[in-house]
Amino acid sequence: MAVIQVERKPLTFAERTYIPQIIGGLKTTLKHFFAPTVTLQYPEERPEIPKGYRGVPTLVKDPHGREKCVSCQLCEFVCPPKAIRITPGEIPAESSSVHVEKGPQAFDIDMLRCIYCGLCQEVCPEEAIFLQNQFSMSGYTRAEMVNNKARLYELGGTLPDQHFKWDKKKAAEEHGNAH
Amino acid sequence: MFDFYFHLHLIVRLVLQSLAVILVLFPIAAACSMAERKISAWIQGRPGPNRTIAPIGGLLTPLGLVGRIPFLGPFLQQMGIFQLAADGGKFTFKEDPVPGHVNKFYFVLAPIISMIPALTTVVVVPVGAYFAVVDGVKVLKPIVLANVDIGLLAVFAVSSLGVYSVILAGWASNSKYAFLGGVRASAQLISYELSMTLSVLPVFLWINKPGGQGTLSLFDAVQFQSGVFHGFSLASLHGLWGVCYMPVSAFIFLVALFAETNRAPFDMPESESELVAGFHTEYGAFKWSLFFLAEYCHMIIGSAVCILLFFGGWNLLPWVPLATLIDWLSHFISFAGHPLFMGLVGIAIFLGKVFFFIFFFMWVRWTLPRFRYDQVMDLGWKKLLPLSIANLLFYTLGIALLQK
Ligand code: SF4
Ligand code: SF4
Repeated sequence: MAVIQVERKPLTFAERTYIPQIIGGLKTTLKHFFAPTVTLQYPEERPEIPKGYRGVPTLVKDPHGREKCVSCQLCEFVCPPKAIRITPGEIPAESSSVHVEKGPQAFDIDMLRCIYCGLCQEVCPEEAIFLQNQFSMSGYTRAEMVNNKARLYELGGTLPDQHFKWDKKKAAEEHGNAH
Repeated sequence: MFDFYFHLHLIVRLVLQSLAVILVLFPIAAACSMAERKISAWIQGRPGPNRTIAPIGGLLTPLGLVGRIPFLGPFLQQMGIFQLAADGGKFTFKEDPVPGHVNKFYFVLAPIISMIPALTTVVVVPVGAYFAVVDGVKVLKPIVLANVDIGLLAVFAVSSLGVYSVILAGWASNSKYAFLGGVRASAQLISYELSMTLSVLPVFLWINKPGGQGTLSLFDAVQFQSGVFHGFSLASLHGLWGVCYMPVSAFIFLVALFAETNRAPFDMPESESELVAGFHTEYGAFKWSLFFLAEYCHMIIGSAVCILLFFGGWNLLPWVPLATLIDWLSHFISFAGHPLFMGLVGIAIFLGKVFFFIFFFMWVRWTLPRFRYDQVMDLGWKKLLPLSIANLLFYTLGIALLQK
């Protein structure tokens, strides 16, 4: 290995008095003194959430307003800290999406447990659960920190869908080639 | 009205005057604490305290109402003015525990002692000047509580007592951190006091002509810098500020001043990263705020003395002394010649300079890292002291040659 000798120049007299450095430093701080502040006035000003941000996990509906979750419970199984608790239920016969058969009766995510890992979003076969923009969760009691199904849909809203899988399935069924 | 004042007993008058000075000094010192926070914030790209506002209802309603005035109120809020009031209230009413392991008498005495030099030195510091007619002759008189001939000596003598409070606090706290802080403070103050005193000697050597009446008065030091321009001659030197012909003295004085007031980069006695909070580790609430106020009072008085000696006192610019300025102003304003107006202008200019110096103190604090302890000693004994001695010799010989 080549050894590179770095020549170290002795400090000049001016440098040893330390004064040019002090003046340089003062100039720098003065520049910052007049520069605009970078602080975000938080509750009034909100940060811009970057695309793909993984905030609080939420449930979403498809553009037709159908709840997408089919309570397969994959997310419940995959969730490392066991934050998700699902009670599966049947979809009532009078519903237009009765052919989906299953939907969650209750869906709780305990945000005191959630570690925002995003595995639930990763694993969901129905693209029903997403970690979205909401970044601050707070409450006065433990119960408040558990997001129930209604709250999850309220937070999640509607996201665009590319497949409309269950509509296609229904159409195929009506044409007689269900499988 | 004025007659009534002059008919009062001398003691009563002096008490009133002192109260007036304290009433000015304290708010400035308090405002300094807010300025410190704001300046540190701005230098670091933060807005600083800008949220506090006084509530409407209860004792603070007047403050709260001020805060609701459109434009002015939010501006004051942005500037943290209400935070100042909140801080003051907090320091006054907070529980003030005395730790069980301290020496109670000296523990309580220390913060009180810290205020004494801070408030005493201000007595001999002139803050402005006005023309008074004595026996039909106009003479310039200083605005000062006590215009004594030993002015500077008094400042040095009393302000160096300030270290006792630090030592006392450090020792009485019965804590290693506080003790180390106290020891450092005493060593540092002794080291820098020497260079400081030696650095001002040339100024007074210059002022005191041989054969004339000797003076150490700070007012005379300013008078010496209040000449007008006479062309390029030795007489014109009188109009220049001390810093122009004694830059080294001014520099040494300033550096020593930083050390004396325990400000960064010389904040050895406090050095948070090593000694928790140094000598006031065990203090809280009101006692702590006394130390805090004393530090700012020291800064104010230190910068005042520095301005009087080296930066022209209440003179606006070199070669433009206050008297010239007032002459010039009286072309425009009819009452400019009035002593009261002149006094106020002088005080305003002087305070402006003091504020700049305080800003400079804070500016330096947020620029320079703290020196290591051995570096502080090294700088004090091996650099500044020889430099100030050389400086003294240089000016002594120079003045001797010039005045021969
Ligand atoms: S959210 Fe997705 S993974 Fe979880 S139960 Fe519903 S469909 Fe299954
Ligand atoms: S983000 Fe991770 S921890 Fe949170 S609910 Fe989903 S799987 Fe569980």
